[in-house]
Amino acid sequence: MVESLPILLKGALVTIELTLAGLALGLVIAVPVSFFQVYGARVPRLVCSIYEKTFRSVPLLVLLMLIFYGLPEVGVRLDPFFACVLGLGLRSSAYQSQIFRGAILSVGKGQTVAALSIGMTRFQTFRYIVFPQALRFSIAPWTNELTIVLKDSSMAYALGVVELLRQGSYIIARTYEPMVIFLLCAGIYLALTIFANRILSFVEKKLKIPGFETREAVH
Amino acid sequence: MDLRKKYGTTEILKGVSLELKKGETKVIIGPSGTGKSTLLLCINRLVEPDSGKVFLEGEEITSKNAHKMRQKIGFVFQDFNLFNHLTALDNVRIGLIKVQKLSKDEATEIAMEQLKKVGLADKAHLYPSQLSGGQKQRVAIARALAMRPKLILFDEPTSALDPELIGEVLSVMIDLAKSGMTMLVVTHELGFARSVADEIVFMENGLIVEQGPPSEIFTNPKTERTRQFLRRLTELYGEERK
Repeated sequence: MVESLPILLKGALVTIELTLAGLALGLVIAVPVSFFQVYGARVPRLVCSIYEKTFRSVPLLVLLMLIFYGLPEVGVRLDPFFACVLGLGLRSSAYQSQIFRGAILSVGKGQTVAALSIGMTRFQTFRYIVFPQALRFSIAPWTNELTIVLKDSSMAYALGVVELLRQGSYIIARTYEPMVIFLLCAGIYLALTIFANRILSFVEKKLKIPGFETREAVH
Repeated sequence: MDLRKKYGTTEILKGVSLELKKGETKVIIGPSGTGKSTLLLCINRLVEPDSGKVFLEGEEITSKNAHKMRQKIGFVFQDFNLFNHLTALDNVRIGLIKVQKLSKDEATEIAMEQLKKVGLADKAHLYPSQLSGGQKQRVAIARALAMRPKLILFDEPTSALDPELIGEVLSVMIDLAKSGMTMLVVTHELGFARSVADEIVFMENGLIVEQGPPSEIFTNPKTERTRQFLRRLTELYGEERK
């Protein structure tokens, strides 16, 4: 059991890579999607809505299968790791866009009007006034999204990515100790989740506006 | 300064023409839902009018040049609208830095000067949520002043304040009016109107019912409607408050 730990941790490292890459891809897509959903003209708004609804509705496993086994039929062959990052990222972007959309909307309209009234452009208003406040509103729900992506990265197992769960099952194939090893895996997921939560609640405290309850405005 | 405004058949504003001379303070009074706020918002194009034109020093304000023209027009809101995530100082200087592209040092100097003017230099590093309503509104006035506007629009600046906080905001506004700032003020504060307004404009149902110097409007209103409104306002708010 002790000797299996380094191997599991090696798998955990891949899990972390999958999670961070998936979240990052999701973030990069989610910010413009949420921006267009709030500020966009009708057509971009509609496109972003369809995008968001689609990727929120397809189960991750189905999405992964489509990307990994389906796409080669049209000539796109992806490495299992990247296929997983793409799947996790696409789905996460849909959820993250909703987090940001909600956060942007919970910044009062008066803030925008006041920013415009001192001569800021629409973009400056978003960049300097709305976005910094929305960011604070989104930390709590974003933490939740992080843990979801972390846990769902285990579905990479299905594509043969050697992450935490698959490393665990390799060990079990040798040692026949499924209970112990799977419990270890679960423990590592738990530790990672707690650690991630700690970091983000630290960030949230750091960014907290004195006297201004950001959590209350998010439900 | 040449400020004219006309609306065709808008529901809220049914054709309002108004002109402010440099250094003049005009006070708009009238029942709520009359379009007073809409009028102010239309002036700097925060609300797009259906028709009509607004000129500032001979230059027309259009939706295209609005963000440039708005730098010359300060706006003080009923509910302050300070930027929640910024300190008082940053609230005042962010426009100087991001819009007017001044250096941080220059902006800080101007911002502190304005905060001093409204008596809040010692609160510069507090966030809006740590300030009282009256202090917030004074920061908001400092924020408007920092941009060196040609004109400041006040939309019921004391309506959201506790009675004992109104005085501090009004006294800042009175100083401002006396220093020669051009101001268009929507308010129910008759004491303020009487002491600094060059002209009172009485609006109702999207139209100007009557306008004239305070002495005339208060003592000898031409229309029965004005007389009625003033009497009710006096009952409600008390006549003199300095």
